[in-house]
Formats: sequence, C-alpha cells, structure tokens
Amino acid sequence: MSDSPIAIVQHPEHLHHFVDAEQQRDAAQLGMWLFLATEIMFFGGMFCAYLVYRYWYYNEFAAGSRSLNIYLGTINTAVLICSSLTVALGVRAAQMGNRKLLVILLLLTIVFGFAFLGIKGVEWYQKYEEHHIPGRTFNADDLIRDYPQIHIDPRPEQIYFSLYFAMTGLHALHMIIGVGIFIFLTYNAWKGRYSPKYYTPVEIGGLYWHFVDIVWIYLFPLLYLIDRKPLR
Amino acid sequence: MFDNFPLWPARASAGAGNVDALFIFLLALSAFMCVAIFAMILIFSARYRRRRGIEAEQIEGSTELEMTWSIIPMVIFMAIFVWGAVIYFHERTPPRGASEVYVVAKQWMWKLEHQEGQREINELHVPVGRDVKLIMTSQDVIHSFFVPAFRIKQDVLPGRYTTAWFRATKPGVYHLFCSQYCGTMHSGMIGQVVVMEPAQYEAWLSGGGTSGSLAASGDTLFQQLGCSTCHRSDSQGRGPNLVGIFGKPVHLEDGRTLTVDENYLRTCILSPSKNIPSGFKPIMPVFQGLVSEEQINALVAYIKSLSAAPTGAAGGPSLAPAGSRSQNSKE
Amino acid sequence: MATVAVTAERENYLNKEYGIRSWLLTTDHKRIALLYLASITFFFFIGGFFALIIRLELLTPAGDLVQADTYNKLFSMHGQVMIFFFLIPSIPAVLGNFLVPLMIGAKDLAFPRINLLSWYLYIIAGVIYLHCIVTGGVDTGWTFYTPFSTAFSNTRVIEAGIAIFIAGFSSILTGLNFVVTIHRMRAPGMTWSRLPLFIWAHYATSIIQLLGTPVLAITLLLVVFERAFNLGIFDPTRGGDPLLFQHLFWFYSHPAVYIMILPAMAVESELVACFTRKRIFGYNFVAMSSIAIAVFGFLVWAHHMFVAGISLYSALIFSILSYLVAVPSAIKVFNWTATMYKGSISFTTPMLYAFGFIGLFTMGGLTGLFLACLGIDVHVHDTYFVIAHFHYIMVGGAVMGYLGGLHFWWPKISGRMYPEGWGRLAALLVFAGFNLTFFPQFILGYMGMPRRYWQYPPEFQVLNVLSTAGSTILAVGYVLPMVYFLWSMRYGKIAEDNPWGAAGLEWKTSSPPPTFNFDETPEVTWEAYNYEQIPAPPEVNVER
Repeated sequence: MSDSPIAIVQHPEHLHHFVDAEQQRDAAQLGMWLFLATEIMFFGGMFCAYLVYRYWYYNEFAAGSRSLNIYLGTINTAVLICSSLTVALGVRAAQMGNRKLLVILLLLTIVFGFAFLGIKGVEWYQKYEEHHIPGRTFNADDLIRDYPQIHIDPRPEQIYFSLYFAMTGLHALHMIIGVGIFIFLTYNAWKGRYSPKYYTPVEIGGLYWHFVDIVWIYLFPLLYLIDRKPLR
Repeated sequence: MFDNFPLWPARASAGAGNVDALFIFLLALSAFMCVAIFAMILIFSARYRRRRGIEAEQIEGSTELEMTWSIIPMVIFMAIFVWGAVIYFHERTPPRGASEVYVVAKQWMWKLEHQEGQREINELHVPVGRDVKLIMTSQDVIHSFFVPAFRIKQDVLPGRYTTAWFRATKPGVYHLFCSQYCGTMHSGMIGQVVVMEPAQYEAWLSGGGTSGSLAASGDTLFQQLGCSTCHRSDSQGRGPNLVGIFGKPVHLEDGRTLTVDENYLRTCILSPSKNIPSGFKPIMPVFQGLVSEEQINALVAYIKSLSAAPTGAAGGPSLAPAGSRSQNSKE
Repeated sequence: MATVAVTAERENYLNKEYGIRSWLLTTDHKRIALLYLASITFFFFIGGFFALIIRLELLTPAGDLVQADTYNKLFSMHGQVMIFFFLIPSIPAVLGNFLVPLMIGAKDLAFPRINLLSWYLYIIAGVIYLHCIVTGGVDTGWTFYTPFSTAFSNTRVIEAGIAIFIAGFSSILTGLNFVVTIHRMRAPGMTWSRLPLFIWAHYATSIIQLLGTPVLAITLLLVVFERAFNLGIFDPTRGGDPLLFQHLFWFYSHPAVYIMILPAMAVESELVACFTRKRIFGYNFVAMSSIAIAVFGFLVWAHHMFVAGISLYSALIFSILSYLVAVPSAIKVFNWTATMYKGSISFTTPMLYAFGFIGLFTMGGLTGLFLACLGIDVHVHDTYFVIAHFHYIMVGGAVMGYLGGLHFWWPKISGRMYPEGWGRLAALLVFAGFNLTFFPQFILGYMGMPRRYWQYPPEFQVLNVLSTAGSTILAVGYVLPMVYFLWSMRYGKIAEDNPWGAAGLEWKTSSPPPTFNFDETPEVTWEAYNYEQIPAPPEVNVER
C-alpha cells in the first residue's frame, strides 16, 4: 500500500515526492514565508483604512485611543514578546534535540497565548460596558465629557472603534489559530516526533507566531498610543 | 435610414466633438492594428502551412524587432494619453461664470434645482450655448449622472459634492441615465435633458411658479437655523464672517490651508469639527441629520452669493447679493 | 472497452485505484486537477444559465421576462460565479495543477495535501454560494459597491461575501503551491531559461494570486462585518468613505483580471509553438512580459474609478500606468505572430482556438486602450462598451485559451483523442457566436446604453437582439465539447504518448501519465521548444 496516494507517510522528514529532506525543508520554509506575505497583504488592507481615517478624523482617533486601557495593552505587548522568546528558544531546543525543554517552552508559549487572549477579552468587555461598541448601542458622550479639549464628532468616533474591533479581532483570531497550531506541535513534540534531523514544523510554526506578534507590535502604538500627551 | 437604428450617439455639447474625434482616431488605429495582425496571420497561415518535407525554421528572436514594437506602441500610447488627458482636464474644470444647477440623486430619481429656484424631477432644461455646472450629491447610495449626447458622466456620491459641466450646442431632448448601479430601479432612474433656444428657456423659467432663487431660500434658512447669530457680517460674531470667502483659501487650526468650495462648506455644516478656522473655537453645532440635501444646497448657494464674483449668468438680476438682505435682518 | 483494439493497459494515475475514496482523498495533483475540472464546469454552466436569461430579457426594451430585482441578482451572480468560481480557478487549477509538476519534471506539487485542501475550500465556498443563490441571491453587482452593499441591499450579501472569501483562500493556496514548486522542485538541468513559457506565465499568475487575493479577502470581510455588526467603516452618514471600498476592492480586482488572462497566454505559447513546430519567437521577452504584467498590474487599479470622484491628478497617473501595462501584452501578441513566420503550421482544433485567442484578445486589448484614455473613458465607463471589452478578453481570450488547452492536453489527461471534426466545428461556432454576441455591445456602449440595465430605450433593441442571437450560437459551441469529451473517454481513439509531436517533459511520459509522473526523473539537457529535434507526427490530424 506504500504507493497508494493516501498512504501514511513513514518518513515525515522526507515525503516521497521530494528528492531529499533538504528539498522538503526548503520548500516548507519558502511556503511559510510566502504565506506570511499574504498575511501582510491581508492586514495591510485594514492598515490602509486606518491610515486614511486617522488622517481625516484625528481628533476622534485620539480620543478613542485615550479611552483604551494602556496598562492592559502594555502588559499584553510584554506577554507577546515573552512568548516570542519562548518560541525562539523552543526552536533552538528542537535543534538541539532537547525534547523536554522543547515541550516546556511550547507549553509556556501556549500559556502566554491564552494570557493574551484573556486580557484582550477583559479589554473588550470594558469597551462593551463603556458603550463603545459601534452600532445601535454606541455612545461617545463619555469621551466628549472626559476630553473637552478635543472636539469630537460622535459619528466618526464609531469608525475608530470599528477599526479597533476589526483589527484586534482579526489579530485575536490569528492568535487562536496560533495557539491551536502550538497545541498540535506540543503534542507531537511530547510524542518525540521532532529531532535535530527534523524540526521543520516547529520552525515554521514559530515563524507564524512571530508574525502574529509583529502585527501586534504595530497595532499597539497605532491603536493605543495615538495621543497620550497631557491635555491642557 | 438609421433613425430607429442609430449607430452613433447625438452630438449636442461643445465637448462631444473632441471626444468623438479622439474615439475615431482610436478606432482607426485599432482597425489598422487588427488588419495588420490578422493579415499577417492569414498570410503566414497560407504561406507556411505544414507541407511534407519542409521544416520550420527555428528563429530565436530579434532584439531590434522587440525594441521597435515596444517603443513605437509606447510612443503612440503616450500620445493617446496626452490627448485624452487634455480632454479630461477640460471636462473636469468647469469654467468661471457657469450657471449652476444643484442635483440631488436618490433611489430612484433625479432632483434638480436651478439657481433661480426652478425645481425639476428627472428633467433638466438648459439653454443652448450656456455653460452649465452641475453640483451633485446623493441622499443614499452612489449614482452617476450620464448624458451620452454631451459625453459627460460623473458619479454622484453620498456625503460629498461632485461636479460636472457642459455647454449644450444643439436644441433637442437627450437621454439622462443613471450609470452607477444603485438598486432595483437603477434602469428606471432615467430622464431627459431638454436643450432650448435662449428665448424659449427664459419663457420656461418665468413660466413655472418658483419660490424665489436658491440663494434666497438659503438666506431664509440661514436665519431660521440661527447661523446668522454667530456668522455675522460685521465680524463680531463667534463664527467667521462668511462674506467674500468663497473660492478663497482658509487657514485652519490644525495647520492645513484649504480652499473654500462647495465640499468645504458642506463639511462645515455637517461635521464642523473637521474644519476649524484658526483663531476660532470649535463650538459650531453639528447639523448632520437636521438639514436635508436640498437645504444644504440652498445654504451653499447663499454663502456663494456673498462672494464677489457673480455665480452664473443665469442668475442675473434676480440674484441680488443676499448679503445686503442680512444687514436688515435681526441682528 | 470492446470498441477499439487495445494493448494491455499500462498502470496510470486513472486506473491505479478505483472508488470514490481514492478520488476524494487523493493527493495526486492530476486527480485533483480532474476534481477541479468537474467542479468548475458545473459552475460554468450555472453562470452561463444566468447569462442566457439575461440575454433573453434583453431581447425587448421593456422588462418583461423577469422582475427588476431578479434581473439585478442575475447579473450580479453571473459575474461572481463566472469570475470567482470559474475563471480564476479554470486554467491554473485544471491545467496548471495537472501540468506544472509534469512540465518541470517533478513527481507532484510541493504541498499535495494543501492542494487537496485547496479543492475542498473551493467546494465549501461553492456550496455556500449555491445556498446563497437558492435562498435569495445577491444583487449588489459583482463589485459589492458600498454603501449599497453594506446598508441598502436586502439580499444575501454576507453569505456571498463569505463564500467568495473562502474561494479566495483556495486561490491563494494554489498560487503558493505553484511558486514553491517552481522554485524548489525543478528536475536537474531544468534551469529557469529552459522552462516552458506556460510555467513562466503561471508563476506570474501565482504571484498575483498570493499578493492580491488577501486584499479582496479583507475588503469583503470588512463589508461582511459592517453588515453583520453595524460597523461604520463605509457608511457616509458616519463619516465613512465609499471610495475607500472601491480602492481596496479594485486593488485586488484589477490584478485579478491578469490572474484570468495570464494562464490563457500560457496556453497560447504552448499551442503556437507546437502547431508551428517552432520555438516561440523572443522567448526571453515573452517570459519577462509575464512578470512585467504581474508587477504593473498592481499599479493601475484606479482606472476603474476615473469618474468615481478621485482627484484629477490621480486619474492622470493611473491612466499613464494603464498604458504601460498594455505594452507587455502587445509584445506577446507580436511574438506569437512572429513565431508563425517560417513555421510549419497545422490547423488542428487547439490551433484554431489559438488563432481565435490572438484575434479576440487583440481586439479586446485594443479596446482597453480606449478605456485607459481619460477623455474616452468618461463617456464609455459603466456602459456596454466596458462589458464588451472585458468579455472579449475573458471569454474571447481566457475561455478560448482554456478550451484550446483542454483539447491540446486531453490526450495526455485522458489517454484518448477527442473527435477532431467536432472539435473544429465547436471552435468555429464559439468564435462566430462570440463575435455576434459581443461586437454589437461596443456600439451599444458608445451610444450610451448603461450597464446593469433591466430595461432600456427602444433605439437599443436591434443591437441587443443581435447580441442575444449570438449568445445562442455561443451556447451550442460550449455544450459540444462537454458532450464529445465525455464521449471520448469511452469511445475516443487511444492516444499515444505524444500525438502532437510536441516539446515539453509532459509529452515524454505516457498518456495518461503514471501516478508519479515519470518512471525515471528526467535530466534536462535541452532548451525549451526544441522542435528541431522532435520529429513531426506523420498525421497530426486525427480521425473523427
């Protein structure tokens, strides 16, 4: 049955259609980089919308930005950066064949991922309580009251929050997918499927995680830090 | 012979001839290219059809040929581009002194208002030989104002003014189409442009009962909505003096300098926080939702009338600068 | 199997395994290509059915066949089905999937399981879209312009948006697979400059699929979110900008048209080379022109927006760039024509499609010059002139390329020959029907008949009737191949390995190929299109 198109591959590091393991590894890496390029274009569309509207409605964006919880945002940034560290160390552990360390680091990464998602959930809930979710329940009166120095038009204020939820929401979705990938990697690592000869899934999983981290590094200043100067 | 089966649209505006000339040039060019290529293919097919014993000759290519047939088309394309750009520039630059018609598009009809106050639905009467500028906005979705006989088309957007202009050259009745899909009766959002001799047009103008010019209704609104409380013409008000500002640059609080045009005025009325002139406080109330598109048009027309250059030959004596009236108003 | 004397049948990818599981769980690129072939043909007939009703409605000026809302749904869904569920996958997912590994000497694509996933994503998208059709359809036009699509349409916009979003992922993954495969899995000796032009063009196509489709994805997602969660990103009453949607939409949808035409150009190069028995004239220029089209194709999107309210200066820039992108296409046409000089030309069905392609693509491309021209575009934008232009390219060009390619590689794919007489008849019917359908539309457009009109003024009727008449002929021309291809799978003449005497690694293996493509990995020591080394088959014409 080894020739059947649906046979279970016995050598994951060298699938039958590749000439050798090196070709397979090269192909996987190129594939992941190309996929990340598509993700850049995907988020890029939203960044374009953000840029246009921030230019047009600076005051509303500044006020909306101030209303975000900068402490939670900063903590989340730190959480993600730490998770990227554990990922990078994990790749190295795989390279060195250290199975136990690899599993610990992958688990830590997952924990950081959940922490990020939890904190983001708390932030979203705060927005819900403050009536900053766009749509029928939206109310910018508190912003108008809190920041009298910034003249806010409540209608485009909704655009800031629409983009806030769209951008952080899609980012969170990518985080969830990332956590799922890492659960899968952790399971396989625990089963001993990775070795210095073959740790490509860890490597390209790591690339994906780093990318999601970098998107957040852009989102954080763009959403949270628009204008935090003390108001007169 | 071709009355019921026409193959060319009527030519009824000053610009239509230019567009047609360029089109015919492109037709000729295309026909030439097609004939050239098809002829070559036919000739090669006949001459070099497969025959026993005769092999194809492998020819790698010819850089000279590639350069030639890249550069020559490039040059021709640039020429077409320039010609088209000149026409387009002309089309998008309404001449000074054009009479103005305000257009409000909505699903699924065109509402037009002349400066003199004449209102029309799905019909536009204009005199031959006069520059007419359309100032257009939509109440709902994107529409597009298309008059094939004039070779003009401009999308009409919600939340903004867009403009188009023409000078009709031939009396007659011409199609007006909506050419941006806008829902169920998009194909029913049609009408006509009626081009009349000047004398007939004056007769038509005075025939219908109007409630005064557009600017005059704007003046009335200006009082009713309380604008005159802050926007005083003696510059003592909390808002800027609006006399003579149209068409001039204005410096804003945030450092930008804009020109006062229809869109600027519209934004000020609907979203004042976007355009605070320097030296003024951001205290103007938001009028979004409190004024209709037609009312905005009237206010804009009124403010324009406060500026030096007379806007539109059609206005004539009926368009007294309404600023003189506001001197007498409650201040 | 009693109708034709057969030698003992060799094992190939078709008879290797039977049963539905072996097809639905296959990772063989050739089988996946056939899965796509069946699916896109199905959607082609759905989209074609919508077109037929549209043309029937347009026989008379009044709206008397269907209601206005129904008509609006018909043209919207015709466009979406044809573009996203037929044209974009067509050549890459069928011919590309089948041939890319064969042409470069590989055993499969780089990621066979992702290839299968790509098909399943397409099927899921297709099922969702079918559900959308039967539960009310969508009436926004294929272009989903806001604020109509976000705040005014009462149809299944969210469902259609999600379906197309998922189909986009299918497209992205196919492109990703091709790029990695072409980079990493070429056989020894198969250098970049020895690649068939089919590969170059598919490489360029894949780059566009990778970089452009995600932008459509996010744009549609934002529309879906806006409708579902009442966001205000495109809502003018809340400060949103309808033009932002148009920029984002066309940033993908313009390159998308190159996704549709480049693969047809890929096929064209192979057909012209084989049936003139010559290396394509100016190989380097044709290869590079594919890359140039991909790059420049990303820079011209706002030529769809000349009257939308963009600034005068943007319009000037996009117009110039649009002329730039026309040059590489012109170069290709000139090179294909030059290839015929001193060739040895035969007039098989694929070659008839190839001739048709050059003719119709040239006409469509020339009318693109009209549209790129600012002064003219103001008049003909959103009229039937545009409809004629893009149908000349997408149907006269891309679909003819697809059909020509299907005929050319049919022996390789199925191991059978199609009946040549019927093939030629169908090609001629398609050509004639096509011209009758769409040429009158150029005239209608200049006269001012707008697009998407359910009813129209009576002076447009004669041309509309001509157009509808043509569409019936075109329909026959499309149905014929379906019938005789199916027929040939049972009764067609058994094909040899290389019935056309064509160059290319795919012809060096059996028809149909074995599952792993080559009994031995080839080592390439020759240039592409080495026709001087390949003997012409004694009788290129095959029996009826």
